[in-house]
Amino acid sequence: MPPANKRRSAVRSLLRLWPYVLPVRTRVFGAAAVAVVASCLGLVIPLVLKWIVDGPVADRDPAGVWLGGGMLLALGVAEALLFGLRRWLVARPLAGVEAAMRADLYRHLQRLPVSFHDRWASGQLLSRGTTDLMLLRMFLAFPMTFLLVNGVTIIAGFGILLSQRWSLGLVLLAPVLPLVAGCFLFEKKYFKVARRAQDQVGDLTTVVEESVLGIRIIKGFGRHRSQARAFRELTRTLRGTELNKARLLSAIMALITTLPELAIGIALVLGSVQVADGDLSAGTLVAFLSTALALRWPVESIGFLLAISNDAASAADRFFEVMDEKPAAAGDAAPRQRTKSLPAQQAGMSFDGVVFRYPDAPPDTPATIEGVDLHIRHGETMALVGATGSGKTTLTALVPRLYEPTSGRITLDGRDITAMPREELRELVAVAFEEPTLFSASAGENVLMGAASAEEHDLLRALDVAQASFVHDLPDGHATQVGEQGLSLSGGQRQRLALARAIVGRPRFLVLDDPLSALDVHTEALVEAALRRVLAETTALVVAHRPSTVLLADRVALLSGGRIAAVGTHDELLHGNAEYRELMSGAEAQEQEAISR
Amino acid sequence: MTTTASHPEQEKSGKRADDPELPAGQGQKAGPGDPFDQDVLPAPKGAPRRLLASLLGPRKARVWLTAVLILLQQAAVQAGPLLVAYAIDHAVPGFRRDGWSWTGPLAAVAAGYAVCALAGGVLQLLFVRSAARVNQDVLVDLRGRIFRHAQALSVDFHDRYTSGRLISRSTNDVEALRELLNEGLQELIVVALSTVYIAAMLLWLDLGLGGAALLSFVPLFAWVRFFQRRSHRLYKKRSTAIAAVIVKFVETMNGIRPVQAFRREPANDGDFHRLNRHHERINGDSILEMARYVVGSRLTANFFVAAVVVWGAYRVAEGELALGVLAAAVLYLRRLYDPIDRLAMFLNSYQSAAASLEKISGLLAQAPSVPEPAEPKTLPERAAGAPGREVVFDGVSFGYRTGGEVLPRFDLTFPAGQTVAVVGATGAGKSTLAKLLARFYDPTVGEVRLDGVDLRELATAELRRGVVMVTQEAFLFSGTVAENIAIGRPDAGREEIEQAAKAIGAHDFITRLPEGYDTDVRKRGGRISAGQRQLVAFARALLADPAVLILDEATSSLDIPGERAVQAAMHTVLRGRTAVVIAHRLSTVEIADRVLVMAEGKVVEDGSPEELIAGRGRFAELHQAWRESVV
Repeated sequence: MPPANKRRSAVRSLLRLWPYVLPVRTRVFGAAAVAVVASCLGLVIPLVLKWIVDGPVADRDPAGVWLGGGMLLALGVAEALLFGLRRWLVARPLAGVEAAMRADLYRHLQRLPVSFHDRWASGQLLSRGTTDLMLLRMFLAFPMTFLLVNGVTIIAGFGILLSQRWSLGLVLLAPVLPLVAGCFLFEKKYFKVARRAQDQVGDLTTVVEESVLGIRIIKGFGRHRSQARAFRELTRTLRGTELNKARLLSAIMALITTLPELAIGIALVLGSVQVADGDLSAGTLVAFLSTALALRWPVESIGFLLAISNDAASAADRFFEVMDEKPAAAGDAAPRQRTKSLPAQQAGMSFDGVVFRYPDAPPDTPATIEGVDLHIRHGETMALVGATGSGKTTLTALVPRLYEPTSGRITLDGRDITAMPREELRELVAVAFEEPTLFSASAGENVLMGAASAEEHDLLRALDVAQASFVHDLPDGHATQVGEQGLSLSGGQRQRLALARAIVGRPRFLVLDDPLSALDVHTEALVEAALRRVLAETTALVVAHRPSTVLLADRVALLSGGRIAAVGTHDELLHGNAEYRELMSGAEAQEQEAISR
Repeated sequence: MTTTASHPEQEKSGKRADDPELPAGQGQKAGPGDPFDQDVLPAPKGAPRRLLASLLGPRKARVWLTAVLILLQQAAVQAGPLLVAYAIDHAVPGFRRDGWSWTGPLAAVAAGYAVCALAGGVLQLLFVRSAARVNQDVLVDLRGRIFRHAQALSVDFHDRYTSGRLISRSTNDVEALRELLNEGLQELIVVALSTVYIAAMLLWLDLGLGGAALLSFVPLFAWVRFFQRRSHRLYKKRSTAIAAVIVKFVETMNGIRPVQAFRREPANDGDFHRLNRHHERINGDSILEMARYVVGSRLTANFFVAAVVVWGAYRVAEGELALGVLAAAVLYLRRLYDPIDRLAMFLNSYQSAAASLEKISGLLAQAPSVPEPAEPKTLPERAAGAPGREVVFDGVSFGYRTGGEVLPRFDLTFPAGQTVAVVGATGAGKSTLAKLLARFYDPTVGEVRLDGVDLRELATAELRRGVVMVTQEAFLFSGTVAENIAIGRPDAGREEIEQAAKAIGAHDFITRLPEGYDTDVRKRGGRISAGQRQLVAFARALLADPAVLILDEATSSLDIPGERAVQAAMHTVLRGRTAVVIAHRLSTVEIADRVLVMAEGKVVEDGSPEELIAGRGRFAELHQAWRESVV
């Protein structure tokens, strides 16, 4: 039966929350038990009413009325306190569950490979970390408990009704079957729509994010209108989905309102006949009706509890979809053939038959890196030169294992990088990216994140080498907040801080991706002079676009067609390699253009 | 864009000094980067309410329709106990007397109950649908408003207001409002209506019992107010706390490469843990507050139920009250207090929605510091064949709002068609000059004119036909390469897009992409190198075909052949156009007619490249250094 299948899968999704609930299970189940008791106490109240009506009232015994009132009050107080107790029991633990899940998600995402982040917009990840988790906490706090509580209450309530008068009880029971069937049907449809709505919210978040991050371009071209139009289209789609949700919800709610009410109406008429015939006491009828009334919320709420549960199930799916992504653990990488073995203990950085293809690239396109063999001797600085888009940045990203080579291997001082823990690898290798990203922290902290053990004088030295003395003129010196939540720095300033970050820990291996591109000529010359001293004591791979940067290096490797086409000193290549000459001086650029057309 | 930027709200720092949510190391230094100060953008008093009213205003008819539907629906639903009273007090004696009759009171009860049940259901269905329409329309409207407003705010604002926070406004805060509208508001209306109906019924059934029920509202109301005040504070705190979590989250995901390369994961885990814990604590506080409320209100309600039952039963026993009336009163009372918990749920979402609404209206209250003109002018027709326009900086000076003059007063004129190169050290004010011309900022004093028209008098569309700026941060939007280029001119056909790409030398690499121009650039251009992204940005600018083109360090990531190709293209592209080229690579200067050398916000040298190279000024020096660096 398909609805049952659907249901099982929603349940299965929600069951995956168990590990998070496990630590607080005592409180959660305690709270559920308390709620069941409180809810059943509520069912006793009509019985007391019956006793009052058929006893003291019928007997004209005012004193008995007081006794009944006292019992009512005691029940009421107990009910209120128990419901409070339930909430108190789960308040902190469930906030804790939400926080734990969020922390896990964050921790996990930080460790997923960069290729994962290439595929996933951060808006989609964020909506999992916020909206979805809040939904899950809501689910644990209400629907999960109350589906149980209400289930028990309904059964107990019908037990009471049937024992009072089975014929009237059966009348009230009649709508239960169609209601449950309706709920199944509803659930099946709602699940899909809810998931769609959540995905659309994620898409919307992505557009919002891009429109904020790309604001300077949107403004530069005056594209607010078309941006807003695209946005409006998405919000309209979302609106359509939400209305669809509302339509489903309205149908089930109408059913849930009408059927029980009809049954109560029939019971009232039949009951009145029986009271008139003297078969039934007036008190029983009153108790009967108020029990039926007390059962209305538990029955009515099932639809909406199931709806939230469905939302929660798809939120859980979305959450675990990300959590199920495997972070590549240390020394695990994709199985690769060990080609020829290198002489052990070879000092320096070696690329050995390295092939890289983006995991999601169509199979018929050539690999980005088709087979790189390159050895950088210990203490040597190698410049990496190649045309725009030749894969230089990709190659540098392989060294700290931001991406994993498809085949081949990279060794540092003879050790395969896949054989060492990532932590250790990334401590050995420091990187400066072409796009310098600063985090919301002080300028000093941004630099010092390059080395855990670095001290004040290391910081000053690094700032000095990177010609980042402007830091000292900031309002609070290097304690000034920068990044998202702080001062905005210019591209050149950011680049110099990123460079300082790379060199502050005196790493054994240094990978610099065009580290000086945003600097003016004057500053560039100063950085180069200082950088030379740093490069002298480390093994470095430096992506270079300009002769001035190339001159920092001892040798140059030319990357072309996904392979190293030539290695040599700048002068050797300049005289012996036409492609290199063109890249460095721009000569023959025109001819090249002509040929490629 | 350098270091003097500061946020106008910083003077408020003292006010929130007691807030515990400031991450360590971000204390109350009068520093401009204090994040949470900026989170409370001031909203004028009553702005949230006005915002809500203005959102509902255009949908008055449907709002009324929805109101009428729920009015009728509640009437149908609340008729039940009345029919019970009637059945017990009239139908039962009537049946005893006369037996069953199709016109008797019992038949009336049966018919009445059937009608009410059916009407209740059908009206419920209509109400939910109608309300959903209103809610969704309001949300579409609100989302659009935030989005358009954020887009309209000047770059200056975006430089200071974190993208994460802005994103939180349009996601989390809108979500809170959605919850309010979807669940809360509906709930409130139902609660309010049923309360009124029931109170009226009770009073009608029996003045005394009704009065007692009304009396219970006094303590309940006081209790609700008390709860509301306390939880309002909590919700504000909670929303600030989650915003901090979001900022950290987004920042990490967007900077995942350096995060991993510099082994920031454990440190980030720690930071995130702290923010997350803070949110957890406040979250727990607000749930506990709710628990306290529920206990208090339940106790009050149950006490009154017991009291009314005792009094009523006493009077029935004394023969002063009909049994049916007591039964109906008891049934009504239970219904009366039933929604109290749900009222709390509503208050819950109301609180968070109110806090969110306040933040949203704070954002919407930010006037763009670069406002659209009230009466836009148009640029004069260009003489045929001359695409350029004249640019005049007339007595312009500029400083960021918190003082510190970045550009002291200056006058400059770029004749139509001139290509001007601006050089100078980082922080000399080159970019600020460019941003004034692109009207990312308005000058503090003086005016910038395009063909004699003040930039402030041009509508955005007209302005961007006139001036386009290409910056060094070549951001790509998700979508295809072609779509990204088409941002320059959305109505351009594929042919024109390819032409622009060819002209700038981007065609080759684009055709080598897996799907050529239809390749999806994915998340922020992850797969396209920085140099290639700059080429796309150039193609974008070319396609826009503006009268004045500003290139702000737009070639910094290109390799030499790329730069050469761009320069070759520039020769034709810039011909006749007015162009301002900011570059630290002096090679760019070769295509310029005129060079401005800037230092400390001032133009210190101005002349043709040949003149300046021949002279003995800074430029000659820089040029010498550059010649030496090129091979």
